[in-house]
Amino acid sequence: MRWPLIRFLPRQTHFKFVKWAPIAAAVSALLVVGSIACLATRGLNLGIDFKGGELIEIVTPGPAPLNALRASLARHGANDPQVQGFGAPNSAMLRFKPANGSDPVQAVNAMRTSLTQDFPGIQIKRAEAVGAKVSGELLTHGFLALGVALTLMLVYIWFRFQLQFGLGAVLAVLHDIVLTLGILSVLQIEFSMTSIAALLTVIGYSMNEKVITFDRLRENLRKYRRMPLRDVIDLSENERLSRTLITGSTALLALAGALIFGGPVLFPLVFSMVFGIFVGTYSSIYVALPLVLVWGVKRGDEVIPAPSKAAKAAAQRP
Amino acid sequence: MIQLRTWKVVLVLLAAVFGLVFTLPNALPTSVTDHMPALLSKRLNLGLDLQGGSYLLLEVDTDSLHKEQLTNLTEDVRRTLTDGSIGFTGLGVAGDTVRVRLNNQGQVGAATSLLRSKLVQASAQGVRDLNVDAGPDQSVVLSYPAATWRELSASAVQQSIEVVRRRIDSLGTREPTIIRQGLNRIQIEAPGESDPEKLKAIIGQTAKLTFHMLDQDTPLDQAAGHIPPEDELLPSETPSEPQGVLVRRRVIVSGADLVDARVAFDQQGQPAVSLRFNGHGGDLFGQMTAQNVGRRFAIVLDGKVITDPNILGAIPGGTGQISGSFTEETASNLALLLRSGALPAKLNFIEQRTVGAELGADAVRAGAISLGIGAVAIFVFIICAYGLFGVFAAIALLVNVLMIFGAMSITQATLTFPGIAGLILTLAVAVDANVLIYERMRDEAHAGRTPIMAADQGFRRALVSIIDANVTTMISALIMFQFGSGAVRGFAWTLFVGVLTSVFTAVLITQVLIGWWFRVAKPKALPIA
Repeated sequence: MRWPLIRFLPRQTHFKFVKWAPIAAAVSALLVVGSIACLATRGLNLGIDFKGGELIEIVTPGPAPLNALRASLARHGANDPQVQGFGAPNSAMLRFKPANGSDPVQAVNAMRTSLTQDFPGIQIKRAEAVGAKVSGELLTHGFLALGVALTLMLVYIWFRFQLQFGLGAVLAVLHDIVLTLGILSVLQIEFSMTSIAALLTVIGYSMNEKVITFDRLRENLRKYRRMPLRDVIDLSENERLSRTLITGSTALLALAGALIFGGPVLFPLVFSMVFGIFVGTYSSIYVALPLVLVWGVKRGDEVIPAPSKAAKAAAQRP
Repeated sequence: MIQLRTWKVVLVLLAAVFGLVFTLPNALPTSVTDHMPALLSKRLNLGLDLQGGSYLLLEVDTDSLHKEQLTNLTEDVRRTLTDGSIGFTGLGVAGDTVRVRLNNQGQVGAATSLLRSKLVQASAQGVRDLNVDAGPDQSVVLSYPAATWRELSASAVQQSIEVVRRRIDSLGTREPTIIRQGLNRIQIEAPGESDPEKLKAIIGQTAKLTFHMLDQDTPLDQAAGHIPPEDELLPSETPSEPQGVLVRRRVIVSGADLVDARVAFDQQGQPAVSLRFNGHGGDLFGQMTAQNVGRRFAIVLDGKVITDPNILGAIPGGTGQISGSFTEETASNLALLLRSGALPAKLNFIEQRTVGAELGADAVRAGAISLGIGAVAIFVFIICAYGLFGVFAAIALLVNVLMIFGAMSITQATLTFPGIAGLILTLAVAVDANVLIYERMRDEAHAGRTPIMAADQGFRRALVSIIDANVTTMISALIMFQFGSGAVRGFAWTLFVGVLTSVFTAVLITQVLIGWWFRVAKPKALPIA
C-alpha cells in the first residue's frame, strides 16, 4: 500500500546543502543590493495610508471612461490625479491629492458630489481620505512595529537557543523583509497599512521556519557531538526536508485561492505572503544556517535555559 | 502521551461543542437567533470593509483650545484690574503666558495678590492651577503649569467624546462605536452608513452658543481698524449687516446654562428655536434684559451672530427664543446641537473611510470563496499526503475553524477582509503542527520503535518545536495589535486567536483521535511510516 503519498518522499535524502551556500550567499547579496537599489530609486508605491490624500472607487454603468474621469478630477481642482481600472472593466480607482491647503476630508466629499454630477449613474463604492498628519504617523508606527517585532523575536530566540542563532534568524528575516519590499518596489504594488500586516506575517512565518530549523539542528548537535558543524547542518536539513516541502506546499495551496479569487483589495496582501513563504523557506536554509556556520556554535555544553522534557529525553539518549 | 486520558477526551469534546454552539448563530436566520438567549446568538462582528459603513477620525483642536483659554484669561485680568482700580497698559498674550504692564511700579505687589485671590483656584492638594508672578519692568506674568494644560486637554477630549456620543445617539444611526484613540483623537465607526455627510454635519459643528451685549456706542465705520479692546467684530448672518456686528467680548449667558432647546415658531410663523435656561442662566438672562431695555443684544453661535434683537422688556422665567433665517431642518438641527451641548474645542476631521454596502458584500463573497478553496485545498492535500492520519489532521482543522469562528463571535472581535487572509494562513500553519508531529513519528518508526512508542514520541518531541514556533507568531500578532489600526488590528486578532486554537486542536485533537484509533484498530504499523 503506497496510498499516503508521503511514502513517495524518500525518508532519508543526502543533499549537500552547505556546499551550495557560497553560491546562495552571492545570490542573496545580489538580490538584497538590487532590492535596496530599487527601493532607493523607484521607491515603494505608497498608498494613501502612508502618503495622505484621497481615494475613490467607483462603478460606472458602461466601461469606465478613464480619461474623462481623469479630466474631471483635474477640472475640480485635484492635484496629481491618477485613474486606473480596478478589477472589472466598469470599475475604476481614482487617487488624488486635495487642492493645495484644503482639508482632505472635505475634498473627498466635494469630489463625490462633483463626480456624481459629471457622470450620472455611477456608484461610489468606497471613498477614503487620509490627512497628512495621520499618514505620517501610520508610516512611523508601521515600521516601528516591524522593528519591535524583530527585536522581541531576537530576544526570544536568544533566550531559547544561543545568541548566534538569534542573530542568524533576525538577519535572515531582515533579508526576507528587504527582498519582499524589493519585489513590491519592482512591481510597484501598492504599499498600504495591510502591507505592514503582510510583512509582519512574513516575519512570523519566516521566524517559524527558523525556529523549526534551529530546533532540529540543536537536537542533532547534541546527538552527534563529534560531527563537524557543516555535516550536522546537512543532516538536519535532509531530515526535515519532507516537512519543509509539505508545510510549504500546504501554505501555498491554501493561499492560491485567495490570490486568484481575493480580488484587487486582497491581492497585495496575499501576494506578499506567498512571496514571503518562498523567501522565508529559502532564507532558513541559505541565510540563517550559513550565518550560524560562519559564527560557529558552542558545542558540548548545550545549556538551554529551561530544558524541557523532550530535550532531557534527547540528551539522555546515547 | 498517546494514552486516552479522560480529561483530554472531555476537553476535546468541550472544545468541539463550544466551537459548534458559538459558530452556529452565524448560519441561522435572524428570525431564529432573535429568540435565542443573547449569549448564544452572537454573530461574527464584521469589519466596516465587509459590511460597509463609515470610519471617521477626529482630532480635538487642543491648540485653539489653549489659545482660547489664554484669551479668556486676558479678559479676566482686564476685568479684575479695572474693578480693583489698578492702572495698566500693554495687556496681552505672550507665548504661553499673559503679561500685563502696570502704570505704577508700587502696585505690582497689590496687583499680584489681587489677581491671585480672584483668579487662582487651588486644588485639594494645594496645587495651584495658575501661576501669578511679578515680572521684569513693572509687569505681572500669568502662566498655567503643564499639569493644568494637560488636564484641560484631557477633559476637553473626554467632554468632546460625550458630546459627540449624545449627538450621534439622537440621530438614531445604527450602533456607531465611538472610542478615544491616543491622546486627543476620537474614532467613530458607523456600520451601514455609506454617506457620512449628515453624521459629519452634526459632529463637526462646535455649537457654542453665547449671549453678548452689542456695543452701540462705537459707530461701526469708525471702529474699523481700532476696535476697543473689550469689543469684538463678528460676522452676522443677518443680510442687513454685511460689515458684521460689534459686540462686547464679555459673555452674559452661554449654552452651558441651557436645559432644553426645541423647534418653535415665532410670531410670523417662521421656524425658530426656543430655549430654556437653568436657574443660574435664567437669572443672568433676566437681569440682562431688565437692565438693558431698549438696547440690543447678540446671540452668537460659533463666532457668528445669528440674530441681534432689541430688548423690548425684561424676560424673567428663564426662557427665550432665537429666531433668524431658519428652515425647519436647520432649526431642528440647531436645537439638537444645543440640547447635546457644545463641544469644548473645535474638532478636525483627519481621516475618513467609507465603504459601500455592495463592496462589503463583494468582499464577503471573495473572502468566503478564498477561505473555502484554501480549506478544501488543505484538506485534500493533507489527506493525500498522510492518509488516515491526514483525515485526523483534517478533523482537527475543522474543529479549529469552528473554534476560531466561535471565539471571534463570542468575543465580538472584528473580522476584516485582510483578517480572512490571516485566517487562511493560520490554517496552513496549524497543519504545520501536524506535519511536524507526523514527520517525527516517521523518524521514530524508522529508528525501530513500535508504532505506539513512535506515535507517543512524535507528539512528545514535536511539541517543543511547535510551541517555540507559535510563540514567535504570537509575538508578531501582539505587535500588530498594539501598533496597527482598524483592519490590521482585526488581522492581528484573527491571527492570535488562530494560533491559540491551532496549537490546541493540532496537538490535542489528533492525539485523542490517534489514541482512539490505536485502541480500536490495534495496528501493527503506522500508516505513514
